[in-house]
Formats: sequence, structure tokens, C-alpha cells
Amino acid sequence: MGTGEYLFLFRGLQWTLALSAVAFACGALSGLPIALARTSPWPVLQRLTAGYIALFQGTPLLMQLFVTYYGLALLGLSLDAWVAVAIGFTLHASAYLGEIWRGAIEAVPSGQSEAAKALNLGYASRMVDVVLPQALRISLPATIGFLVQLIKGTSLAAFVGFTELARSGSQLSNQIFKPLLVFGIVGALYFAICWPLSLYGARLERRLAGTAR
Amino acid sequence: MNYKIDFTPVIEGFPSLLMGCLGTLGLALGGMVLAVIVGIGGVMLRDSRSRPLRWGVIGFVELIRNTPFLVQIYFIFFALPLAGVRLDPTPTAIIALGINGGAYAIEIIRGGVQSIGKGQVEAGLALGLRKGQVFRLIVLKPALRAIFPSLASQFILLTLTTSIAAAISAYELTSVAQRIESDTFKSFEVYGTITLLYLAMSWLLMNAFNLIRSRYLSYPVR
Repeated sequence: MGTGEYLFLFRGLQWTLALSAVAFACGALSGLPIALARTSPWPVLQRLTAGYIALFQGTPLLMQLFVTYYGLALLGLSLDAWVAVAIGFTLHASAYLGEIWRGAIEAVPSGQSEAAKALNLGYASRMVDVVLPQALRISLPATIGFLVQLIKGTSLAAFVGFTELARSGSQLSNQIFKPLLVFGIVGALYFAICWPLSLYGARLERRLAGTAR
Repeated sequence: MNYKIDFTPVIEGFPSLLMGCLGTLGLALGGMVLAVIVGIGGVMLRDSRSRPLRWGVIGFVELIRNTPFLVQIYFIFFALPLAGVRLDPTPTAIIALGINGGAYAIEIIRGGVQSIGKGQVEAGLALGLRKGQVFRLIVLKPALRAIFPSLASQFILLTLTTSIAAAISAYELTSVAQRIESDTFKSFEVYGTITLLYLAMSWLLMNAFNLIRSRYLSYPVR
């Protein structure tokens, strides 16, 4: 493997990082309303979001990608592969983050929102000023855990022809016939991104377990 | 727009899609069994006296949990023949699933084992049970009760992961669908349908696990 080959893999790595960042950011933006709707007092919203989450948790990420990718084309939208894939991962992330944050919101002791109600705070203020800051802290380890899962998941974009790190790897290994070397390096690159995040998440979790109660 | 939604290929190919479901369930089941074996073995090594073994298990778990399954299955697919093992894609996929699921199972099972009080183990040893017996009777079974829910959801995740085995064309639902799709170009219809089939399978498994739990793993009323 020469410099050119390494550069090729690094270009794939850049796309992996870009896709992960976009999917996580957009997924977080749409996941929050889902978590709020899931914990809202309105049964219709609760049931709708519960169904949305169950749909994404009960089907393979690969199928979610395929269906959004080909579904968007079917709607007559001739989107760039990159946009279509990003939409697929955003939907996936919104459901998972919605479920993680639902758990966190419910884990905030009910006395907190009762006290806020007693102080005559409205729904918005109750959530923004009282519940969500505490829920954020509780949810952080699981959120980071999901980010790791999402980064690994972006490798499936290779199936619809999006050239991120995993697909760069299989293209390169087809060219130079050294699959073990190439996939070893590709695996090491994923590991170099995901492992520090995992360690950080585990540290936060220990700290949270230590200070709680 | 000249694309017409047309489910004829899906209807015609439905028998082979159902066979694909069986393939998926077979992969998942094989992967689960292997994952439990890897998991139990890993926990025993993880808590053994030998430091290299302990670090080996820790390294294995971290490595598997922090790399994509797609890369793992490619690596194993190319590594096995070099190690002199010639296998079809389907058994190869089962091995990859077992290794991947095993790494997660080690963490889950270990959590369950640690939930067993030290005093119980000491009591078992004091009663003259051998180390293997203590592990099996006093540690493993009660631990299994504690970890069953997380193990079950990990297994459902593993079942969904089997779709990635299509990358090495193992026999399962996604690769069957890919074949129909490449013959007919009805991508959305085919993948939409098998998405529902996957949903049905994970629902089925969830109910099966709940049944097992309430039948065999809940404590009798005292």
C-alpha cells in the first residue's frame, strides 16, 4: 500500500465522518420532538411516536436505508446519493435518539415537574428549564453509545453505492488483492474513531452512577 | 415520471422470500447459539487468573464493539480461507454473527455474573461443590434470570444484523430480495415488503423470548 492508497481510504473516512455528523445532528434535531411527543400527555402523539420508534427498532438499518433511498426516487426526487443516504440515517437516528431521550425524560424524578407545576411554570418552561437539563445529563452515556453505533452503521451506505470508508475499503481490496491488509486498516480506522467515544461514554456512565442518589 | 408501482414480482417471488425468512432465522439462531458459547467462554477467561487471557478478552470485546459488522464479516470472509478453512458464505456468516454477538454477550453475561453475591459462591465452595458446579448451579442459572431481557434484545438486534450477511451473499432474506430486485428493478416494492417481513420476524422473536421468560425463568411465587 502506497500513499495513494492511504489517501483513497482517508477520503472515504472523511465521508464517513461527514455522514455521521450530519445524521447525528439532524437526528438529534428531529429526535427531541419525538421524545417530547412520546412523553407528552396526549395519547395520540404517544401512540404515533411509539409506533414510529417500534418500526425503526424492529427492522434492519439496511432496509431503512434501502426503503428511503428507493422511496425518495419513487417520489420523483432525483436527489444526490449523499442526500438520500443522509435522510435515511437521519430518520434512523431520530427514532433511536427519541427512544433514548424518552427514557431519560422519564428518569427525571416526577417531583421535579410537579414542583415546576406548583410554581406555575408552563409546559415550555417546565421542560426547557427543569426537566430537559437533567434528562440531558442522564442520557449522555446512552447518547454517546448510540453515536458509536451510528458511525459503525454508516458503513451500510456502501450497499447503495455511497463511497464512504467501508466501500473505499472494498474497492481498494478489489484493486490490490490484499483484503486482509485493507480491511484490517479500515477496521483500525473505525476503531480509532469509535473507541475513544466508547471510553468517554463509559467514564460518564461511571461518574453518573457515582453521583446519583 | 414513468415508474409504475408494481407488486407482481413480489407476489411471484413470495415463496422464495418466505424461504429467505427461514434462511434469516437460521442464521440468527446459529449466531445466537455461537454467541452464547463465545459469551460464556469469554466470561470464564475474562475472570481467569492469567493476565494475558484477561487482557485478550478485554481487547476482543473492545475491538468487536468498536468496528462495523460489515468490516468484520468481510475480514472473516477473506481470513478463513487463508487459515485453511474453506466454508460456504452461509456458515461463514454464522461464524461472523457468533463472534460479533459473542462480544456483546460477554459484557451482558459478565454483568449478570457480577450480580451474584460473593457470599453465595463461597457458600457453594464451603458445601464442597467443585468450581465447575458452583459456576453452573450457583452463578450461571440465577445470572441467566437477571440478564435474560438484555440478552433477548441483543438477540433481536443480531437477527436484524443478519441482513448485512447479504454482503458475502449468504443465504438469507436480503440476498433473496436483492436477486429479485436485480431481475425486475422493482426496488421499492421488494425492499418495502421484506422490511415488513423483518418487522414480523422481530415481533415473533420478541414474543417467543417473552414466553420463554415467563415459562422457565420467572421465579415461582413464594
